[in-house]
Amino acid sequence: MIFHPAIIALLLSSFLITFLILYSSYFGLRIVRKWDIKSGSELQLNLERRTYLISTILAYVLGFQLFSLFLYIYTADNLHSLFVGAMCAAGTLNVNAYGYPTLILKVVNFLLAGLWLILNYTDNRAYDYPLIKKKYVFLLVIALFVTAEMIIQTNYLLRLKADVITSCCGSLFSTDTRGITSEIVALPSIPMKIAFYLGMAFTFVSGICFLKNSKLTGYVFSLASAVTFIISIISLISFISLYFYDLPTHHCPFCILQREYGYIGYLLYITILGGSVLGMGVGVVMPFRDIKSLSEILPSIQRRFAIISLVLYFLFTAVVTYRIVFSDFKLEGY
Amino acid sequence: MIELINIKKTFNAGRPNEFSAINGVSLSIEANKVTVFKGPSGSGKTTLLSIIGCMTRPTSGRIMLADREVTSLPERFLTGIRRKTFGFIFQQFNLIKGITALENVMLPAYPMGEAYYPLKKRALETLDMFNISNKALSKVEWLSGGETQRIAIARALINIPSVIIADEPTAHLDTKLSHEFMDIISMLKGEGKTILIASHDPLVYESDVVDRIINIRDGMVAEWV
Amino acid sequence: MSYIDKHRNLIDFTLSSLLRRKGKNIALILVYTLVVFILSSVMFFTHAIKKEASIILKDAPEMVVQRVVAGRHDLIPIRYIEKIKGIRGIGLPNARLWGYYFDPIAGANYTLIVPDDFQYGQGDIAIGKGISRSRLAYEGDIMPFMAYDGALINLRIRNVLSPESELVSSDLILISENDFRRIFGISKEYATDLTVKVRNQREINTIVRKITEIYPDTRVITKNEILRTYDAVFNWRGGIVIVIMSGAVMAFIVFAWDKASGLSAEEKKEIGILKAIGWETSDVILMKFWEGAVVSVTSFIAGIILAYFHVFFASSSLFEPVLKGWSVLYPEFKLTPFIDPYQVSTLFFLTVVPYTVATIIPSWRAATIDPDSVMR
Ligand SMILES: Nc1ncnc2c1ncn2[C@@H]1O[C@H](COP(=O)(O)OP(=O)(O)OP(=O)(O)O)[C@@H](O)[C@H]1O
Ligand SMILES: [Mg+2]
Repeated sequence: MIFHPAIIALLLSSFLITFLILYSSYFGLRIVRKWDIKSGSELQLNLERRTYLISTILAYVLGFQLFSLFLYIYTADNLHSLFVGAMCAAGTLNVNAYGYPTLILKVVNFLLAGLWLILNYTDNRAYDYPLIKKKYVFLLVIALFVTAEMIIQTNYLLRLKADVITSCCGSLFSTDTRGITSEIVALPSIPMKIAFYLGMAFTFVSGICFLKNSKLTGYVFSLASAVTFIISIISLISFISLYFYDLPTHHCPFCILQREYGYIGYLLYITILGGSVLGMGVGVVMPFRDIKSLSEILPSIQRRFAIISLVLYFLFTAVVTYRIVFSDFKLEGY
Repeated sequence: MIELINIKKTFNAGRPNEFSAINGVSLSIEANKVTVFKGPSGSGKTTLLSIIGCMTRPTSGRIMLADREVTSLPERFLTGIRRKTFGFIFQQFNLIKGITALENVMLPAYPMGEAYYPLKKRALETLDMFNISNKALSKVEWLSGGETQRIAIARALINIPSVIIADEPTAHLDTKLSHEFMDIISMLKGEGKTILIASHDPLVYESDVVDRIINIRDGMVAEWV
Repeated sequence: MSYIDKHRNLIDFTLSSLLRRKGKNIALILVYTLVVFILSSVMFFTHAIKKEASIILKDAPEMVVQRVVAGRHDLIPIRYIEKIKGIRGIGLPNARLWGYYFDPIAGANYTLIVPDDFQYGQGDIAIGKGISRSRLAYEGDIMPFMAYDGALINLRIRNVLSPESELVSSDLILISENDFRRIFGISKEYATDLTVKVRNQREINTIVRKITEIYPDTRVITKNEILRTYDAVFNWRGGIVIVIMSGAVMAFIVFAWDKASGLSAEEKKEIGILKAIGWETSDVILMKFWEGAVVSVTSFIAGIILAYFHVFFASSSLFEPVLKGWSVLYPEFKLTPFIDPYQVSTLFFLTVVPYTVATIIPSWRAATIDPDSVMR
């Protein structure tokens, strides 16, 4: 292992987050089994109190998770000088097989924690807590993922050895090598651009339809925002990054987080992550619109989520489009 | 207005120190009346008041508040109803030391998300009603007993509740202040508030403003007066 | 915006509550600040030193060729240049002379270097600040050296160096080639090592291979390797210190937990009152969140600012020895102030996150005090 302060910080925080989540899921399990809102028994009063603790914990976990995602990338970026061939985070993450899975789990866990909080927010507005058991079953699933992240990240960090020869964004995000990333990079830019703008347009149209008549289009909007999230990440690697680097071959999704590019990557990632959590959240709570205690309040909650989600997606698209239009760099269509 | 149906409250259920404080109380309390709960110490008056005021959940039984069933509501919603409906005056007054009288009065409204300045204005007006706005900025520990009492009443009124609950409000007051308190109660009644008082002070339950006295004994309603 | 007003009101009350319990909170903030201060000093220091090293190496040649005899670094014949010169893509190799000299009077090792463009003549030297300090030797003084054969050689100090980074120059002596060869008895045919400049970074590996093919008895060290080693060494030291420090952080966490859970009767009563007059459990949790945020932000910023001054303006007087090794000619240098968001977020994870985790459960416990507890 490399004794680097940030590595210690990452390990420590993932242990703490896992501890908090496991602690919560212990009580979550009891809630799933013993919850009875009609009862005035002391057990029920106690469980009810625990729900406050668990909500608080999850809110913190969401924050920590987002922070640790960026710290993780930043650390990988910072450590690249220790590995032969690594020029940025992409290379460091590739030093062993656990680097990228950790990254993906960090994103997934952020999304999951966000969705949980959306469920929780909705549930807490209905006087009979109709989603309580579903919510805590879902928490158990999150606990699994968070634990997996902790284990895989620990593996990754403990197995980091200086002087390992690795390949970095130059080759990882290029067409020469095989694998998923090169497939993405090799995607022709014009169809990819069309896909990106179509995805965004579709999300906006379905979102606005949903806001207008708030019927089943909610599912469509939610699905659209999830798909658009994935398209956006692929586009980021495939063509968006090129405009920020002004280079025809640099496809790295991490370098845009650096100071040289004005930390613009943070804006891009935060808007797209936030937008997708809220957009997917609209769909996740959709099936509960018929529950009596939720039927009156849920539409307005969903509207709020949808509006914020659309605003964030719009910001993302606006920044990207601005760059594409005003950059001196011209990507020759291929 | 408030209806209790077979309310029971057991403390420490299932443990050796299990204690049943309320044993099946059914009552209905009318709006805009002054009702006094009277009974020996330990009979369950305080417990009953805190159940009526949505502060404690009964072990069984139901409470209807303006025709809404509130017993099965989780704490989050119970509190929401409680802070809009009830204003509490405690036996010890329970002001928070170290902050000003004004802040104490404003405190119940803080989590309601009201803007600071309108709230402050309303608090000052309430203090004015009791002629103590000149003490607004004094720390509460320097106030006299009578002033403390009026601050406590002002605090109970800040969220404009329809029901005022007072638990042994005169226990720490001399006769003059107790009379003053009852005058305030009659004024509040005049404004249309419903008032519930637990007390075994004759000065309270023999007062003219009282509309109804309910005797409590061993956690049950003993007789109607 | 009722949501914002709610937070404003709660923050207002939180601040006034914190001020009301000055004693308890000041103790907490002091300890918290101290922990942040120590950790951030370590981090700023190691980071700045790494920076410093990279500044030094900025203009250094891309590679150094050493000769290895029996596994040890040995003098290299200058004629090796002839063949190496022929490799494509490199500048003219340069023979360097440098070495260490033990001074029994100061009890210290000096680094002697023959610069390419030595400004002074034979019999003259320029010395680093550290040597000047320890020997009380200044410009114009004579400094005696004992040659390899026991002969005494007197050299005149022409200059005391004050370069951009004292870290490496503190124990440095610049000397002429002839004096160097006389002191160490090195003949004209040999040098300490050769440096090679490379025009194209991509070719470094190829050139390294070619050199070792021509002269199998040499070892080539590239600048990147040196940088990497520096990085590794300083990261490692910084990391070790943080691991040692984790004991302190642990103690702090226990302290924070204790402070958060050991509520005085008065505080308990206060929360009971708040709940009785209509605050909801989550309102109290929110208040506790703001309380923690105020305490954390205050201590975090204070700790970082103090560490900044400590490291960049007070020469990290508290723990330089640990981090730099114990040299008699310990340099008293000023590091270039440097701090980035990354270090700050690492520190955040090492201090604020554990503190927050330690206080979640106690805050929640406090927030679930029964409202009816104040009625009796
Ligand atoms: N949290 C509790 N746990 C156990 N027993 C309790 C609890 N709260 C109240 N009791 C018991 O319930 C009974 C009724 O208490 P309560 O405070 O309602 O009486 P009260 O009529 O208000 O008396 P007083 O006139 O002295 O104020 C008492 O015997 C008391 O000991
Ligand atoms: Mg009582």
